[in-house]
Amino acid sequence: MYDMKALYEAENVQDAIRLRLEHPEAQIIAGGSDVLVQMREGKRAGKELISIYRIDEMRGVTLDEDENVRIGSLTSFSHITRDPIIQKYVNVLGEAVDQVGSPQIRNIGTIGGNTCNGVTSADSASTLHALEAIVELTGKNGVRRIPIRDFYIKAGQVDIRAEEGEIQTAILIPKESYENCFGKYIKYGMRNAMEIASLGCSVNVRLSPDKKYIRRCRIAYGVAGPVPMRVPSAEAVANGSRPTQAMIDEFALAVLLDIRPRDSWRASKAFRQHIAVEMARRALTEAILRAGGVIE
Amino acid sequence: MSEVGKRQARVDGYDKATGRTKYYEDRIPAGTLYARIRHAEKAHAIVTAVHTGKASAIPGVVRVLTCFDVPDIPFPTAGHPWSMDPGHQDVADRKLLNTHVRYWGDDVAVVIAENEVAAIQGVRALEIEYEELPFVLDQQEAMQDGAPLLHEAFPNNILKHTSSRSGDYAAAIREPGLIKVEGWYETPTVQHAHIENHGCFAWMENGRIIVVSSTQIPHIIRRVVAQALGRPWADVEIIKPYIGGGFGNKQDALYEPLCAWCSTQVGGRPVRIDCSREETFVSNRVRHAIRFHITTWLRPNATITARKIELWSNQGAYASHGHSIAAKAMGSFGQHYPCPNMECDSWTVFTNRPAAGAMRGYGMPQASFADESNIDDCARTIGMDPMEFRRLNIMPQGFHDNFSGNTNYYDTFRECMAKGAALIDYEGKRKAYADQTGNLRRGIGVATFWYNTGVYPISLETSSNRMLLNLDGTVTMQCGETEIGQGADTAYAQMTADAVGLRSYRDVRVVSCQDTDITPTGLGAYASRQTYMAGFSIRQTAELLKEKILNYAAELTRLAPDSMEIRDGAIVRREDGEVMMDLKELAMTAQYNPVHAEHITAESTYTIRSNAYSFGCTFAEVEVDIAMCKAQVIRIINVHDCGKVINPALAEAQVHGGMSMAIGYGLSEQLLFDQKTGRPLNNNLLDYKLSTFMDHPRLEGCFIENPEPTSPFGTKALGEPPACSGAPAIRNAILNATGVAIDRLPLNPHVLYAEFCKAGLIHDVWQEEGKQDV
Repeated sequence: MYDMKALYEAENVQDAIRLRLEHPEAQIIAGGSDVLVQMREGKRAGKELISIYRIDEMRGVTLDEDENVRIGSLTSFSHITRDPIIQKYVNVLGEAVDQVGSPQIRNIGTIGGNTCNGVTSADSASTLHALEAIVELTGKNGVRRIPIRDFYIKAGQVDIRAEEGEIQTAILIPKESYENCFGKYIKYGMRNAMEIASLGCSVNVRLSPDKKYIRRCRIAYGVAGPVPMRVPSAEAVANGSRPTQAMIDEFALAVLLDIRPRDSWRASKAFRQHIAVEMARRALTEAILRAGGVIE
Repeated sequence: MSEVGKRQARVDGYDKATGRTKYYEDRIPAGTLYARIRHAEKAHAIVTAVHTGKASAIPGVVRVLTCFDVPDIPFPTAGHPWSMDPGHQDVADRKLLNTHVRYWGDDVAVVIAENEVAAIQGVRALEIEYEELPFVLDQQEAMQDGAPLLHEAFPNNILKHTSSRSGDYAAAIREPGLIKVEGWYETPTVQHAHIENHGCFAWMENGRIIVVSSTQIPHIIRRVVAQALGRPWADVEIIKPYIGGGFGNKQDALYEPLCAWCSTQVGGRPVRIDCSREETFVSNRVRHAIRFHITTWLRPNATITARKIELWSNQGAYASHGHSIAAKAMGSFGQHYPCPNMECDSWTVFTNRPAAGAMRGYGMPQASFADESNIDDCARTIGMDPMEFRRLNIMPQGFHDNFSGNTNYYDTFRECMAKGAALIDYEGKRKAYADQTGNLRRGIGVATFWYNTGVYPISLETSSNRMLLNLDGTVTMQCGETEIGQGADTAYAQMTADAVGLRSYRDVRVVSCQDTDITPTGLGAYASRQTYMAGFSIRQTAELLKEKILNYAAELTRLAPDSMEIRDGAIVRREDGEVMMDLKELAMTAQYNPVHAEHITAESTYTIRSNAYSFGCTFAEVEVDIAMCKAQVIRIINVHDCGKVINPALAEAQVHGGMSMAIGYGLSEQLLFDQKTGRPLNNNLLDYKLSTFMDHPRLEGCFIENPEPTSPFGTKALGEPPACSGAPAIRNAILNATGVAIDRLPLNPHVLYAEFCKAGLIHDVWQEEGKQDV
């Protein structure tokens, strides 16, 4: 039994906005795999909840008129992994969210909840950062779109304006982000399932048509800082370079210039740094190979 | 026709698979009150006040009870049979709620409410004032003079220290030319993590107290509840329904005494206590963390001439099973690798951590890790193959232990190793993995163990049994040895069918639920005792039942009773096998005979005064990703000699479960505590790294069936043995793969990172001094 004050069920997006404005203190709940756990721990005990789980218009993956991939915020992880549009254009995202928890969690958990929870360890977060995803928010004043890096304010806090009745309605992957790009996500956990990432690393690359050069490389981490982060120093090493082993090693070491892992009982800073370098090396190598490149 | 030895389906399998089986929560009546416990948030303190006003004011809260309200009766919790000798009784060191808080999670107060939310809110609303005391988490630090003292009666926090000596160690090590192999081996605090958390509910009826509990040991719990409440034992009735595992955690009185007392404080209304997973990790029981110091002296011919074993067992805050675990661990060494000169010492020490109790293996997984790591180190030091070294030094055929009376009747250790080595191609893999370089490396390791069957002669071993002939010719069987998920009821049905002479094990109805008002007294599920111990009373009671049946048959057939026997559910004439009648006809006639009606039943108690060695080994093959600091088990095989296997399907399942626990013990599980506060850090299933299916290869269990001469069914221990040798086998495989000998568990990435750095396998240039920020 959960210690909740009230539960309001939204029928559609406009209904959710109305409920949000009527109950500004209420907590939005989608799949519940984070909110109910927090509630049980007492962190959100006694709160009102607004459930958006029934809003089917926020579910599913489509291509919009500009061929951006549009993922409804209520789309479950298992849906994303199996979706043909995801598999064709941004397979790395499907792979990343397939590493969340367990099959049961992947069936109930949503990509919107994963990002709105604002935690650095979310399995979708580093890949969405590496893909420069756009977050779509809908409120009383209509739709607002912001880059995902601006969406994350600090640990546990994201840019959703409750006073405007906002809810997150979609995540967009711009065509420019995925076209001719190939990626790899590596999750580092202490076991192979039912795990929260000790570190997550997502890399995607676009090679030159002759596959001799890296046109563009993006790399992002989860758990390397309080929010998911890009690693510009490493990207600068790779961009425009030939895919050589020496370059990959230099790329991996450059990660240390930007990431800020911390010491905690879950893992030491030294250990996280060591793993971060190794993950960068492996993720870039795999991304290049997937793009049809050859490591020189 | 024999049912024993057959791969039969579980008698409770269908209901369990379809969700019909009733556990304690399924039996709770409507209107039962919820009791929630407020646990201390200090590692060591005296409670000076509990302010209950806010909690009491919450709608739905019925009663708030604190550590100042409980009876002043310290009681023991260990699930040991009662001893008539006061010197062998368990230490009575805790009350229902405690003003002297001895660990973070100790029980301080309880809120009883009409619903769960009110109880939770009430617990949060309690305000507790403490006088803080210094605390100690490490067992060797706790022994130092001046360390914080947990129990006045135990100076230096030493619950018990025992020693054993054989030969003359001091003289033996002066022999010239000996090779010394010394190591410190450290095992972690882990928890049972059975699927069903402990819980119970209690109410009063006609002045007596009834408790339905998720427990392994109903008859022992009856005694502890009565002791804790200061009532006559017969005033308490314990009912044990089906339970979702226990692994020893439920071989202890957990919250049955508190729940029973709560009911007495609300006029006998039913009250429930349900442990959350977080509470289960901290406020139930854990496995003892044990630190070992082993010094082994080898002759150049690779034989062991002297050994010194010291071990320090972390008891946590309360005595529970106490020194029994350390004593058992210490006792294993001299039998495992007999050598003429030994000095052994063990200490069990109180610390401000959760109380350690029984857990599958009862000291053996710890001892096996230390012993089998040291043995591999010996082999490596002397340049010998580790399996060859074991063959040379391990307990030989004919070895006899005077204390337990156990004999190694066969050459089982060597047989088990030979079988496992052949299955996994040990020799070939040792060769293939000899000179590896590069990041991914493979290795193979072996570890062995022995285990007792039950607790004779340290404690009482007894089993009682009741059988009755049903009108359809089937037999109902009832005993105090409990089904806790391991399949005991099915094994009993198979043994009973054979002992009585029934057609099928399906013709035996085992009463699974124990009720101490009704069930013949038994001791419950622990010490891998049940199949062996119940076997004696099943055989004896079946003989009594058969005698009654044949005596009755004699009236009907006018044949002498001893000229008949029961075969395939029928009375047959011995001489020519002629079927005289089936058991249904006999039972119906006996029940409704107007001149001589008889309800045919038999009941008896057997006091078991023997024990039996169970043996086995694990072969593990690992792949180590050095840069990622990960070891993955890619193949693992357990070989067991548990005597005659009663049911191969259940035996394999038992072995698989134990192997899974061993993999977790070896690679990932550890309960962590904040060194600054003593607070548990990871008492949940996300942060406590129980291994998952994705961390296992296919689990392979196989058997050497050397029949146990002392058992009526030729069987012996299998419950705990599968958990004993996996972790050291994995450790030794990592050693084989990388050359790095790691002497602490778990072998998780943190430990591998530190050890690989130390060994030079990992060299992070930027970690050197002055290069921290590249």
